[in-house]
Amino acid sequence: MNLDSLMLMRDEWFLTAVIMLLLIAEVLLSAKNKKYIIQLALILFGAYTISAFLPNDTGALFGSSYKTYPLVHYFKAILAFGVFIILLQSVNWLKEKLLPYDFTAEFFILIFSSLLGLNFMMSAGDFLMFYIGLELSTMPIIALTAFEFWNHRSVEAGVKYILLASISSAILLFGVSLVYATAGSINFDVIKNALQLPLLEIIGLIMIFIGIGFKISLVPFHFWAADVYEGAPTVISNYLSVISKGGAVYVLMTLLFVTFTAFQKEWNWIMYGTAILTMVVGNLFALRQQNMKRFLAFSSIAQAGFILLAMLSNNELGVKAIIYFLLIYIFSNVAAFGVVHVISLKTGKENIDDYNGLYRTNPKLSLVLMIALFSLAGIPPVAGFFAKFFLYAAAASKGYYVLIFIAVLNVTVSLYYYLLPVRAAFLRVSDHPIPFFKSDNYSRLAFIITMIGLLVLGLYSGVFEFISGISNIF
Amino acid sequence: MNAFSYIYLIPLIPLLAFLFLGFTAKKIKEPVSGYIGTAGLLSVFGLSLYTAYKYFFEVGLVNGKYEPYKVMIKEAWVHFTDKLAIDLGILIDPISVMMLIVVSTVSLMVHIYSLGYMHSDTGFSRFYAYLSLFTFSMLGLVLSSNLFMIYIFWELVGVSSFLLIGFYFEKPSAVAASKKAFIVTRFADMFFLIGILMVGYFGQSFDFETLNSPSTYETIQAWIVNHQIFSFMGLSLFTWALILVYIGGMGKSAMFPLHIWLPDAMEGPTPVSALIHAATMVVAGVYLVARLFPLYYHIEGGTALQVVAVVGAFSALFAAIIALTQEDIKRVLAFSTMSQIGYMMLALGVSGFEGHEGLGYMAGMFHLFTHAMFKALLFLTAGAIIHAVHSNFMKDMGGLHKYMPVSSIVFLIAALAISGIPPFAGFFSKDEILTAAFEYNKFIWFIGFLVAGMTAFYMFRLYFRIFFNKQTDYGDHKPHEAPKTMLIAMVFLAVMTVVSGFIPFSTFVSADHKIFHSHIHWGDPLVIASILMAASGIGIAYLMYYKETAYPQKVATSMGNGYKWAKNKFYFDELYIFITHKIIFDKISKPIAWFDRNVIDGFMNLLGVTVEKTAEKIRFIQTGRMQDYAMYFVSGVIAIVMLIVYFR
Repeated sequence: MNLDSLMLMRDEWFLTAVIMLLLIAEVLLSAKNKKYIIQLALILFGAYTISAFLPNDTGALFGSSYKTYPLVHYFKAILAFGVFIILLQSVNWLKEKLLPYDFTAEFFILIFSSLLGLNFMMSAGDFLMFYIGLELSTMPIIALTAFEFWNHRSVEAGVKYILLASISSAILLFGVSLVYATAGSINFDVIKNALQLPLLEIIGLIMIFIGIGFKISLVPFHFWAADVYEGAPTVISNYLSVISKGGAVYVLMTLLFVTFTAFQKEWNWIMYGTAILTMVVGNLFALRQQNMKRFLAFSSIAQAGFILLAMLSNNELGVKAIIYFLLIYIFSNVAAFGVVHVISLKTGKENIDDYNGLYRTNPKLSLVLMIALFSLAGIPPVAGFFAKFFLYAAAASKGYYVLIFIAVLNVTVSLYYYLLPVRAAFLRVSDHPIPFFKSDNYSRLAFIITMIGLLVLGLYSGVFEFISGISNIF
Repeated sequence: MNAFSYIYLIPLIPLLAFLFLGFTAKKIKEPVSGYIGTAGLLSVFGLSLYTAYKYFFEVGLVNGKYEPYKVMIKEAWVHFTDKLAIDLGILIDPISVMMLIVVSTVSLMVHIYSLGYMHSDTGFSRFYAYLSLFTFSMLGLVLSSNLFMIYIFWELVGVSSFLLIGFYFEKPSAVAASKKAFIVTRFADMFFLIGILMVGYFGQSFDFETLNSPSTYETIQAWIVNHQIFSFMGLSLFTWALILVYIGGMGKSAMFPLHIWLPDAMEGPTPVSALIHAATMVVAGVYLVARLFPLYYHIEGGTALQVVAVVGAFSALFAAIIALTQEDIKRVLAFSTMSQIGYMMLALGVSGFEGHEGLGYMAGMFHLFTHAMFKALLFLTAGAIIHAVHSNFMKDMGGLHKYMPVSSIVFLIAALAISGIPPFAGFFSKDEILTAAFEYNKFIWFIGFLVAGMTAFYMFRLYFRIFFNKQTDYGDHKPHEAPKTMLIAMVFLAVMTVVSGFIPFSTFVSADHKIFHSHIHWGDPLVIASILMAASGIGIAYLMYYKETAYPQKVATSMGNGYKWAKNKFYFDELYIFITHKIIFDKISKPIAWFDRNVIDGFMNLLGVTVEKTAEKIRFIQTGRMQDYAMYFVSGVIAIVMLIVYFR
């Protein structure tokens, strides 16, 4: 092992260094200068994000318990980019709510640790690394969920999350041990060739699937999602719904497509059923929500169901579709949560009815909300449409027309509720609309980035083609 | 191939106009924004005429057959698999050029007309921005070279139509109507989307040229014959795919039973109704079937095409019956539009493919063209009338001929055209449809024939009741003729209505792109019968409505419930409301929302209260609640494991 091969882990080293530097800065900076931590963290993390997009070699480390290849490398970059936008949105919240308590450095350190965990989890070559990554990504987020300690809902959400997360971890670990018992290894490559699929092994695999399904909030393992999203600070709900979910989806995809590909026949029916359940339940609950955060929570549950459509394909088109969908989904959901976040921060209002007449007072913000929701609803020419279309195409490539039909039916239903906030903002009038306010420059930058992403990524096919170029992971 | 390299300008100009007007909507005042939009459209109109001239008279015709031209914007725009890629391109062939003319002509007229109609409306600039957006989407739809692109523009048209119907967002009914239109058409589009995916995977292409080529449909037909394509309910999946695509078309074209949004869409400004709900967007479904006509005709002996014919014929009749009883003039026109589109679908459905066999196809396209002109004219005139009397209802009108002579004359021309009286445009196209239907199936012909008579009757019922009949007292505000900008547009369309019937359409548009000749045989009993049918419809309308008489009331009474049912549109709205509200909302969604709100949230609130009271209890209930969640979680695990164990 030399320095060159260690550079394969460049992303993780860099991120660890960022965390260390922030820890040191936290100790060294005097109380007066603590506010500069925000700028420092943004600059450091910005540098990390840029470096993450630079190409990296393919290779394995530590007895192939850590692996990197172009797709995972760029997907890490995409997640880093998503986190960066979320950080931009959180600046104002940090300044207003957390600076007085001197908690800003902790916020950054925790969120970066969680991202580091996701990186390890996605690059894992065996179950040990995978599990460490998973826990490293979950634990800091639990702390962050309870971060607004003066708000009892936030604390309650944290408690709920930690309890349910430990149950899911227990189930996952049990599954891993069953697989180890039958296949005789925790290394993915060895397991792949040793799969005999006795019943015990299948049960083990299902339990692993459930452990990951918890993080993706698939039905019936979604119960935590709405409560936690609603209680957690909005930036954290945002992180949970896109970044943490995205990482888990990626891992599920590689496990199913590559490691457990022999398990396809069994898993197809589970996926099929879970996809339908997740879409239908997510949609039906979203239909009558009044609170925007709860509304987005259920919408993001439903969106997870759509991803499963492509999970059924087990081919390259499926990989492309999933990665592209996650990319677009990050942009759409971050934008939507961002609007909710700035409004909630300025006025404390979070209900759909509070948005009545928003277009009159805050036209630009309403426009952002509309485009983000249109993208989630999959209306062309916004990028979300293309993302959904590729998911259908992936399912169609294996002939799952009935499932596509159910999915499209769900999209039509979802159109109804995605239009509700749009209608409130544009077509309703209110006696007490949310007054005009200027959002801070950081959030504004975040909105601009997401809007460009949503409008350009769909029509400009280069991004999809690039993903196509690196998505042969088989 | 570069003869049409400028073609991308045609959709681009309205798009730029939209972006410009959209960004400057608050700074640019009336009428400048209107002039900008109109100037853009004028150049589009010019380019379209130039394209048509060049295509039909210079480069298009090679050895008696029109060759399609394709302008690539980006080849292999998106790759699905190695074999299946989507191009970003523009397809120029007879029907797309014809649609270019239709869309640009009507849109230009609507732009000019609206300068007067929307005068001093607070949303003037916004209106023109939306109009440009719509025109862009519609032109894109027409020029798309593959199914994927057409779907994108298809949805964009839906979005811009949503914006335009809901233009008067102060009116709750307009907002409701726009949402209804959007959701109903989206509902249809989901079938369309699945159809596209299926057609794409069996045909291994989304490209119209490739799909329509003999090699593609012959291959697919061979698969079907050899049972290599799975069949469902006796029809192959590919036929189902075509039917699904057609359902998408039914949504946009307001075919039964997806027509319910069209009457409500009349809540939008009248010029919008003329543009979108008479001439352009609603015929998108017809255009779609025409686009894929070779597939519809050749696959499984045209089973899917029979569906098109039957749905078209039924919708034509159904809408005509409702139109007989409506009181709101825009709704009469809306149902009339639905009925006429049914006619076009019927024409495509009964058509053959080669040479004179393809008369139905040609006639359907011809009718699309002429109908666009005279129906847009009818709507614009209706707009002028509504502008003058400030009401949509016939009871508030009457005797307007002396106040608005020009409107009266152009309305008469349009009414004669739609009734099928020679030499006006509608006669020629309608007569050819009936001839084609007669050769195909006598029963379908009879429906068409009946509808022709009913059309003549309800149009003249409208005409006489608006312009003659009783002398309504209009008080101090006497109705006056529309301003010049509005009249210019109306007169232009009236001229088109008179002359467009003489276009030798079969030398331009045909199913197999080869030219053929069709003539009206004046002595043919079919022709005489249809003229007589129209004339008798007009005659009855004259007797009943030229003067105020007691006949209408008597007829209505004698029809009893039949009249009531027709007047209430056969209660279809109520049926849908019952299904969506009573069943989906009340029976499924409400209990779930109730559960979420009362059980879950209520539990939460209860918790909050209890927390303050006894520390002991919280811990107990809190764990109880967590146990609930954990229990669901673990039972999910067990259920899945059991299922697998059981089914394996």
